[in-house]
Amino acid sequence: MLSLIVFLPLAAAAVLAVVPSIGAAAARWAWVAVSVVELLLVGVLWAGYEDPGPNGLAFEEQVPWIPGVNSSYHVGVDGLSLPLLAMTAVVFLACAVHALRDADRPRVQAALFLFLQGVSLGVFVAADLILFFVFFDLSIVGMYFVIAGWGHGNAVRSALKFFLYTFLGSLALLLGFIGLYVAAAPHTFDIPELVAAAPLAGDPLTGGLVLAAILVGLAVKTPTVPFHTWLPPAHTDAPATGSAVLAGVLLKMGTYGFVRIAMPILPEAWRAWAWVIVAVGVVSVLYGAFVALAQTDLKRMIAYTSVNHMGYIVLALGAVGVLAEGAAQARSVAVTGAVVQMVSHGLITAALFLLAGVMQDRAGSYDMGSYGGLAAPAPRYAALFAVGAFASLGLPGFSGFIAEFQIFAGSVAVAPVTAVALVGILVTAALFLRALQRVFTGPAAGHTPGFEDLRAPELWSAGPLLGLSLLIGVLPRVLLEVIEPASAALVGLVGR
Amino acid sequence: MTASQAVLLAVVVLPATVGAVLALTRAERAAAPVAVLTAAVTTVLAAVAALTRPALSYPFVAGADFALEVDALAAVTLPMVAGVTLLVLVFAAGSIRAGRPRFHGLMLLFAAAALATAAAASLPALLFAWELMGATSYALIGFWWRDADRVSAGLTAFITTRTADLGLYVAAGAALAGGAGMALSALPAAESPWRHVIAAGILVAALGKAAQLPFSFWLSGAMKGPSPVSALLHSAAMVAMGGYLLLRVEPLLASTGWAGPAAAWIGAVTAVLMGFVALAQRELKQLLAASTVAQLGFVVLAAGVGAVSGGAAHLVAHASTKALLFLAAGAWLTALGTEELAALRGAGRRWRVVGVSATVGALALAGIAPLSLWATKDAVLAAALEASAWLYAAGLVAAALSAAYAGKVLWTIWYRGVRAEAQEGGTGGVGVLEQVPLVVLAVGAAALGVLALPPVSTTLAQAVGGHGEVAAAELLVSAAIALVVLLLMLRLRVPEPGWAVRWLGLEAAAHAVVVRPSLGLAHALARFDDLVLDRAVTAAAGAVPVLARAAARFDDRALDTGVEATAHAADATGRGAARLDDDVVDGAVEGLAGRVRRLGQLARAPQTGAVHQYFLQAVAVLAVGVMVWSVYAVMG
Repeated sequence: MLSLIVFLPLAAAAVLAVVPSIGAAAARWAWVAVSVVELLLVGVLWAGYEDPGPNGLAFEEQVPWIPGVNSSYHVGVDGLSLPLLAMTAVVFLACAVHALRDADRPRVQAALFLFLQGVSLGVFVAADLILFFVFFDLSIVGMYFVIAGWGHGNAVRSALKFFLYTFLGSLALLLGFIGLYVAAAPHTFDIPELVAAAPLAGDPLTGGLVLAAILVGLAVKTPTVPFHTWLPPAHTDAPATGSAVLAGVLLKMGTYGFVRIAMPILPEAWRAWAWVIVAVGVVSVLYGAFVALAQTDLKRMIAYTSVNHMGYIVLALGAVGVLAEGAAQARSVAVTGAVVQMVSHGLITAALFLLAGVMQDRAGSYDMGSYGGLAAPAPRYAALFAVGAFASLGLPGFSGFIAEFQIFAGSVAVAPVTAVALVGILVTAALFLRALQRVFTGPAAGHTPGFEDLRAPELWSAGPLLGLSLLIGVLPRVLLEVIEPASAALVGLVGR
Repeated sequence: MTASQAVLLAVVVLPATVGAVLALTRAERAAAPVAVLTAAVTTVLAAVAALTRPALSYPFVAGADFALEVDALAAVTLPMVAGVTLLVLVFAAGSIRAGRPRFHGLMLLFAAAALATAAAASLPALLFAWELMGATSYALIGFWWRDADRVSAGLTAFITTRTADLGLYVAAGAALAGGAGMALSALPAAESPWRHVIAAGILVAALGKAAQLPFSFWLSGAMKGPSPVSALLHSAAMVAMGGYLLLRVEPLLASTGWAGPAAAWIGAVTAVLMGFVALAQRELKQLLAASTVAQLGFVVLAAGVGAVSGGAAHLVAHASTKALLFLAAGAWLTALGTEELAALRGAGRRWRVVGVSATVGALALAGIAPLSLWATKDAVLAAALEASAWLYAAGLVAAALSAAYAGKVLWTIWYRGVRAEAQEGGTGGVGVLEQVPLVVLAVGAAALGVLALPPVSTTLAQAVGGHGEVAAAELLVSAAIALVVLLLMLRLRVPEPGWAVRWLGLEAAAHAVVVRPSLGLAHALARFDDLVLDRAVTAAAGAVPVLARAAARFDDRALDTGVEATAHAADATGRGAARLDDDVVDGAVEGLAGRVRRLGQLARAPQTGAVHQYFLQAVAVLAVGVMVWSVYAVMG
């Protein structure tokens, strides 16, 4: 089942890539069809999912792969990965719909995105470090071609920066993985086995070094301050769908790595370095928010809010390690909030980037100063963007609130000093409202006259993403019931 | 789910759903009737819920339910919020002429959030409704979005109240740590350090929404919204909900020992200072806004001194009174195109229904007996006197100021000899839909004082806590003060000091202390990000080619040269070795061989073949052996 989910888009990508006779329309609709099937498959998975218990995996599959180093093709899902799997399927479907009007090499584009979808899903189901790493790196390669091939502005340079930076990060990650392999007895790359063994317990120096390598690798991908500078140019120059996938899905691989690998395998080191991680989270929250506040380019602004939003996750996960005993419920709430934030940010930011792409499409500019009063010619655009902005600033009724409420309630209860990061919520609210005001209200200015309102593919890609965010915001139990047992299990593992 | 629980759910969900749908459609004609109908049904449902007192809770996040409950306090407040919403929407059906679906949709959404706030029984439910109320208020204040300053005012309102809302996030964390759960009624049972944090967080959040000092300035800007918005947001909901929250958590405030007095003093000081501010205003809506803050000060004071029933009565009576006055201001604004008090002279005479209703409102606001706010305010002041004479004195000053600014309005609209003329943009008329709600609200403003007078006050006090009785002397004193001040206002020239006109300079201070430094920090960090961090990374990346070239140079010059040199050296060494081999080694070997040869020749010398010579040699060896042995033996 999981293999089908991962390899179906890869197979479709291969077919699209090698058969040049497939027409543009056929390629676009094939992309949508495969994405729909993927979403249905994930839906089936969700319906049949039962919590597998601590360090367990549901829908597990394992086939020997590189027996010499005890690495196998091992996949499975739990409450931490299933929501991300679903979010990934949703975001890619939205991109497929959004691209229905794209005219630039649709066949190759569809192939590339399906490839990206396959490897992204692969990252979230991988239960083996080598497998994880392979999918992780392939996603970087895929995104490089998306930005370089379909971007605008200084796309090639931004793509190269993105590739080199994140690839370098992945090498640090690989170093950490090898450290884990060497430390485990018997040597293995299998994640559940490593979790059970918790190698390097009682060896603070080596444990700290291995954790540092893994953290740096994941921090680049997340990204946290100060490893974030590849993100704004990558987003600014990427196509709308590329930005949506980059922010919605690829960034989550970093934070997912924390909960899947770093925390359960190196619990002792995680606790030892918890304050550092909390500090990085707080700095990312505040720094990302303030720098975003100063931006004049809409896409750069949203990119920096990603740094801010990812900071909440890092902050919450760090707080989990602060206390070894007691407050288990608060720590569990923090983890749940962090996972909800991954899903929520994926949905909302993907929608915002898809919407931001409309500006590039119509007027070729993301500069907020060259618009004004856009709500007059484009009321639907204004309404949807406003909904997205309020969702992103954590307004109740949307998923972001469910995430941030739990993150802060849990973190403040465990480490009261994290309350300083609440300023981030405020700054985010200010910057989004300022952006709304500058672009959509006031008298018409700049590119506004003649601005065409949302077209159907644009409406039906970003709209459902925000609709889902609303659904989670109002009825969070559907999601939380999957995540909560896994959070409690993770808290137990970190507390070992 | 029982029928009464379904009613409670419908009180919130019905206006929320209809509002959300309306806001997204373009049903220009249907919007107002649909909204009024929805509000009417909601009012009936709220009344039913107030009678049946249902509670409702569903799991929300781990360890905290989303809980709604109609207790005695909510039973008083829910119908009030729903009723004022209905009346304001009826008024808006007559006065809002463009963007109706959006306007009525947002108003219903806002009302749903306010109703949920009133019924919230747990922190997540409260925060949920609370922040939605803030966001919809932003959209309503900035309803006329083509005017940048109105949207700005909405932004200020939202950001200011959200700043205070952060207190609720902290409170939620503290409640989680405090171990008593997130139900509002359980908060006083939280463990000690956390209980204080919870109280502080809720206090800050409530002061922000209630526009108490130092947050008051956002309400001034909020007057840029349409008048019906001001009438709903700043009478029965939003601002009122700030005071309401403190009444609701009064046991928590009392349990800390400090939060009660803090609330009481902030309320009293706000009531006095904002009374001066109101008195100095030259525009009717600005005057009413400052008066709202001042009147909410009485509610906050009530929560601080434990006079929950008095505070609740004041809240409800004030809602009716202030909604009335805001709507009257809106009617004049529409008809005359101005809200300058100077231009409203004699406005009361021109439209009698509006004039008489507003007069009832102004008299109630002044505290004239037997109208509503006279009795409700005294219920609060009586409790304040028990707590501290100074609090009571401050309350009396604030009461006198209420009479003063109400008098300023009253004498203006009944000014003799001038006919208020419509200015540019005025329609010159007030429709029926705009008049009916005024009459209903005037009845409320006149009669709701019964909530603070026996026998109703006794029942209310038993249900929600507080004092049922107010001494007759206090009632007489305050009635006399109100009357005297009101009459004095006929003659007195009102002082209008600049600090009061500018709302104590609070907004300027907030800009100087918070907004500008924040923006400065943002720009500085953005520059740092671009010029330092990003450049450092690029420089590091740029260093790679430099390093590569250096390595290449090293490769060419050092390594390769080294190898060549080594080769040369090897060659030389080889030659040297060859020479060495020839001259030294070979010679040495040859020399050694020669010496061995000569030794061999020497060794051959004793081998003569003669037996006697061999015998002599054997004797010699034996002799040497014996000598050596003897020496060895002697030496021991």
